[in-house]
Amino acid sequence: MSEQEKLLQIRQLETAFRLEGKYYNAVDFVDLDINKNEVFAIVGESGCGKTALALSILQLHNKNFTRIRGSITYNEKELLGLKEKELNQIRGNEISMIFQDPLTALNPLLRVGAQIEEALYYHTDLSKRERKTRAIELLTAVGMTDPELTYKQLPHELSGGMRQRAMIAIALSCDPKLVIADEPTTALDVTIQAQILDLMRKLQKDMHSSILLITHDLGVVAEMADRVTVMYAGQIVEYGTADMIFKNPKHPYTRSLLASIPNVGENLDRLNAIKGVVPTLRDMPRTGCRFAPRIPWINAFCHEEKPSFHEVEPNHFVLCTCYEDFHFESEE
Amino acid sequence: MWKMIVRRFLILIPQLLFISVVVFILAYFMPGDALSGLVDPTMTAEDIERQRELIGLNEPLPVRYVNWISAIIFEGDFGQSYGHKRAVTAVIGDRVSNTFWLSLVMLILTYLIAIPLGILAGRFGGKWPDKAILFYVFVAMSMPTLVLGILMILTFSFNLGWFPSSGSVNAIVLSQGTNWEIFVNRVHHMTLPAMTGALLGTVGIIFMLRANIIDRTASEYVKLARSKGVPTRVIFNKHILRNSIIPVTAGVGFAIAGLLMGVLFIEQIFGYPGMGSLFFESIGRRDYAVVNALIILFSVLTALGMLISDILLTVVDPRIQVQ
Repeated sequence: MSEQEKLLQIRQLETAFRLEGKYYNAVDFVDLDINKNEVFAIVGESGCGKTALALSILQLHNKNFTRIRGSITYNEKELLGLKEKELNQIRGNEISMIFQDPLTALNPLLRVGAQIEEALYYHTDLSKRERKTRAIELLTAVGMTDPELTYKQLPHELSGGMRQRAMIAIALSCDPKLVIADEPTTALDVTIQAQILDLMRKLQKDMHSSILLITHDLGVVAEMADRVTVMYAGQIVEYGTADMIFKNPKHPYTRSLLASIPNVGENLDRLNAIKGVVPTLRDMPRTGCRFAPRIPWINAFCHEEKPSFHEVEPNHFVLCTCYEDFHFESEE
Repeated sequence: MWKMIVRRFLILIPQLLFISVVVFILAYFMPGDALSGLVDPTMTAEDIERQRELIGLNEPLPVRYVNWISAIIFEGDFGQSYGHKRAVTAVIGDRVSNTFWLSLVMLILTYLIAIPLGILAGRFGGKWPDKAILFYVFVAMSMPTLVLGILMILTFSFNLGWFPSSGSVNAIVLSQGTNWEIFVNRVHHMTLPAMTGALLGTVGIIFMLRANIIDRTASEYVKLARSKGVPTRVIFNKHILRNSIIPVTAGVGFAIAGLLMGVLFIEQIFGYPGMGSLFFESIGRRDYAVVNALIILFSVLTALGMLISDILLTVVDPRIQVQ
């Protein structure tokens, strides 16, 4: 890992939202590194802080209600504390984003071509005609069958899959080094999901950029990711390569997530759901193992008072000691 | 575009016929008729009956309707006003331009005030400019036209003496002044009623624009635009404002319709000789020929208002394509 070049380093990141005058950390002291030319996945249930983390990188949160502390360095340049103007040099140009819902993330009044060219206008000195050529190139690259037509179309004239392709074209327009994809396939149906994932994988290889993939879908992770980080309640609970996480999951949360995927052919009366829900921002336990309330059959002394990371194999880390004694409730 | 306009006019015909039937029947069921206001105590019952027979009031209802509507359609003749003893078209014609100009000025003032305030409130949602504007909106919302009208007269006309309290033009200026002096005098008379109407008319527009801007600011496509590195000012104008103004444009038609009703009251308060005061006078006198003609005129104007807002929408919203 150390021989690979680091692209983005996140240290002690705290992203807090204001609720009734008090700030609550949605991302609670997170450290992670994204290398050049890799697909890095963050997995977790809804409400675990994945999107809060993703939006913190480009600081797209509403500033009035959000406080971001810690450090995010991109190519050794600190992003936190940059002025809006300086951030705009990086947004779309060096780091770009793909959003979850292609139905709402495209401006309904602007033609697809114009929305692609907007990024080019601010980050390149291409002429008007060159921008159009580039936009059509991009639309071809994301697999539009009639790029000339799509260029002139409005978002509502496209299907969901095509809109997501258009969004990918926007994200890739200025050859970014890092693409943050926040649940890029959640709003799409399964066959389209596979196409979009293939496309992203292919483009990532062609362009030698990195993807930060945020998802709750382990299938997507298995298909795409080189390295995986599992997040729970604002913290990272386990990280390692995709192989390690899928073949040798350690943390009770990771194991429960994997166990909750029904296998085709297996006849289940009940799905293996994880008990309870992710605590809300306000009720989140701030001490001890945050997953403990959802595995009440595990003895309290199995958890650490101040959970720390344990290296279970090279480059595979797990938070808290409870993984050592964990078993599923049904296995008792 | 032209096809749509022509088609809309064609749809207007059955709509207006329907309105005319309803209006005519309502007038029929109202107490009194055209003669009630003219009856002299010295008249005998036979005199009245003879007069009724003469002007066709004894015909059956459908015959009377057909007589009325065919005269309107084929001769543009809305009948005689028994109150004014002149043709209805002539009576209305005197007043129509006054009301038209007052409404137009009011409409323009309304949007001139509402759009900047709405944008300001939306842009600074939750901050002090927003709070100040919302305060104005709530005051204006709960203020009856009558109260504001009287307050305006009291302040600007009675106490300060800046504007006249009633009328549409000074008779002396009208007979002796140059065209420019007459124009200035008319504007001077129009200012208070138009401001009153505009200050109250802005409420809905400010509220809608503000809510739209706040809503669009939090939208996903604004996040996408920000993630592309588009400067804040451009995002506001290109992505937020344009998407917010569309519903406001759609409301222009309703604003025109509502305006006409508002004008009726404002003309009463300011003694402005327009269609509004004519409307109320005519109801009082049971002058149904004038009332019916006015209602139909208002209907036509309302329909035109809707058409105008549809045309405006096709201009601002590229999603609407006219086939």
